[in-house]
Amino acid sequence: MSLDKDMVARIARLARLKVPEEELVPLAGELSGIFAWIEQLNEVDTKNVEPLSSVSDVTLPMRADKVTDGGVAAKVLANAPGGAVYIEPDDKNAGGFFTVPKVVE
Amino acid sequence: MASLTDLTLAQLAAAMAKKEASAVEVADAHLKKLDEHRALNAFITETPDKAREMAKASDARRARGEAGLLEGVPLAIKDLFCTEGVQTTAASHILEGFVPQYESTVTANLWKAGATMVGKTNLDEFAMGSSNMTSHFGGVENPWKRRGDNRKLVPGGSSGGSAAAVAAYMVPGSTGTDTGGSIRQPASFCGIVGMKPTYGRCSRWGVVAFASSLDQPGPFARTVEDTALMLQAMSGHDPKDSTSAPLAVPDFVAAARNPDIKGLKVGIPKEYRVDGTSPEIVALWDKGVEMLKAAGAVPVEVSLPHTKYALPAYYIVAPAECSSNLARYDGVRYGLRVPGKDLTEMYEGTRGAGFGKEVRRRIMIGTYVLSAGYYDAYYKKAQQIRQLIAQDFKTAFQTCDVLLTPTAPTSAFAAGEKMDDPVTMYLNDMFTIPASMAGLPGISVPAGSDKDGLPLGLQLIGRAFDEETVLTAGAALEKAAGFQGRAAGY
Repeated sequence: MSLDKDMVARIARLARLKVPEEELVPLAGELSGIFAWIEQLNEVDTKNVEPLSSVSDVTLPMRADKVTDGGVAAKVLANAPGGAVYIEPDDKNAGGFFTVPKVVE
Repeated sequence: MASLTDLTLAQLAAAMAKKEASAVEVADAHLKKLDEHRALNAFITETPDKAREMAKASDARRARGEAGLLEGVPLAIKDLFCTEGVQTTAASHILEGFVPQYESTVTANLWKAGATMVGKTNLDEFAMGSSNMTSHFGGVENPWKRRGDNRKLVPGGSSGGSAAAVAAYMVPGSTGTDTGGSIRQPASFCGIVGMKPTYGRCSRWGVVAFASSLDQPGPFARTVEDTALMLQAMSGHDPKDSTSAPLAVPDFVAAARNPDIKGLKVGIPKEYRVDGTSPEIVALWDKGVEMLKAAGAVPVEVSLPHTKYALPAYYIVAPAECSSNLARYDGVRYGLRVPGKDLTEMYEGTRGAGFGKEVRRRIMIGTYVLSAGYYDAYYKKAQQIRQLIAQDFKTAFQTCDVLLTPTAPTSAFAAGEKMDDPVTMYLNDMFTIPASMAGLPGISVPAGSDKDGLPLGLQLIGRAFDEETVLTAGAALEKAAGFQGRAAGY
């Protein structure tokens, strides 16, 4: 599988990664090399093999469907990169918002 | 008495129990080592004040007769574990300055056992790498050097800072995480013990996620017994991690203190004899078989036919999961934000500037293999191969109790030596990835040195949730190998 520059630009867009124009061609080469190496998997006959979705043979437990935590809005918002807006400035745990650039005109 | 920093974790705990040293004195002695060896760049964040404060609390607990298993023992924590109030970066620019408001379960377990924290160790960015060269905060230097050669060597990765800190006697133990070999390979490169437990043994809650079906926390220490002590405290079911196993934690320490392997069947997988492995490592492996045999074990040749496909399958599964997990770094809730005129520009700018080259490369591989029309050809195929790999191990364990293999195909290499081609770097994990794909426990034990005087590890792999046999065999190997090496100047 060989990837070209346009395909790399498309993947970068899907992954929401800004990749400088001059890196696209080298990346296409690197990724193509990795996928060429991965191609060897096609040697293996996997017809009727169930994909492994969990390595654990242990049955994982269910838990009660109830709220076990909360009321910590100040902690949730503590690392907000754009700064947070609180509903009640005097009681940060009453709730608040992350801020983002304007979405709707 | 020997210097406090020369003691093993078990000896240190015993010395404090006998009141020969206080936790504060122990913390200070180790903090001094951090000062002395700062040039190794093993730590991203040092926490001397927290260490002393925790040590003081530890001394108070001991005075009240409430000493835990690791009471007063100073540890280094890989900077992938969230620590409340202490910056946690995953060695990425995108998380620089992030201060978790909660504590990971594994570190909380260690503090509950009485341990103290001296700092957060350096790693490959988001644990993606085998050299520690992808850290945003610069690479870590291995305390070991080739004889007569002053070039800096890498400590391995991704948990390179944690391994270097233990090898340089800055701490008696540290935590790591292992996705494809990130504990075992640096342990081998640094001449110490490192263990990846069974997937599900240690909680992943509060550990920055890379590939969720593979990631597993585990310990580093200088002896198998110390490794068992660490694992004992770290393990256990956690309702906050749905994949953490609801099983009782066995007595790992007892298993490590009883290196009796009479009659133990040790499987030698023939497919691990591959081109590209250093002849010295093959010779050490053969010697390891003889050592275990002399201790009473019975070597058995076994076959793991799909071994060579584990690595390429891993490089589908791990990037796919990484691309999903790392989607959360979008500049909205935490970490870096690069402003943009709209949301998309903010996302793309933030992620483009915040992630390093290797992380971006893996996100792109993952995005591609999961994109519409390619899922069956890549991800499903890889998961089917993963099934075959797991079956190989199950079949092998019908005729043996534990497997012995090399840990890594080479000893530590110099910074930049393998940087030109990503696939060459990926091959470093060829012996550790199969067990990761099957979720099995593995340990690397230092078993000898190469012609340049660099340490070499051997790996033991066990059945799922049978860390006890791995530790017992590891202790037997440690005793027979008698590796006494210590990096010059440390």
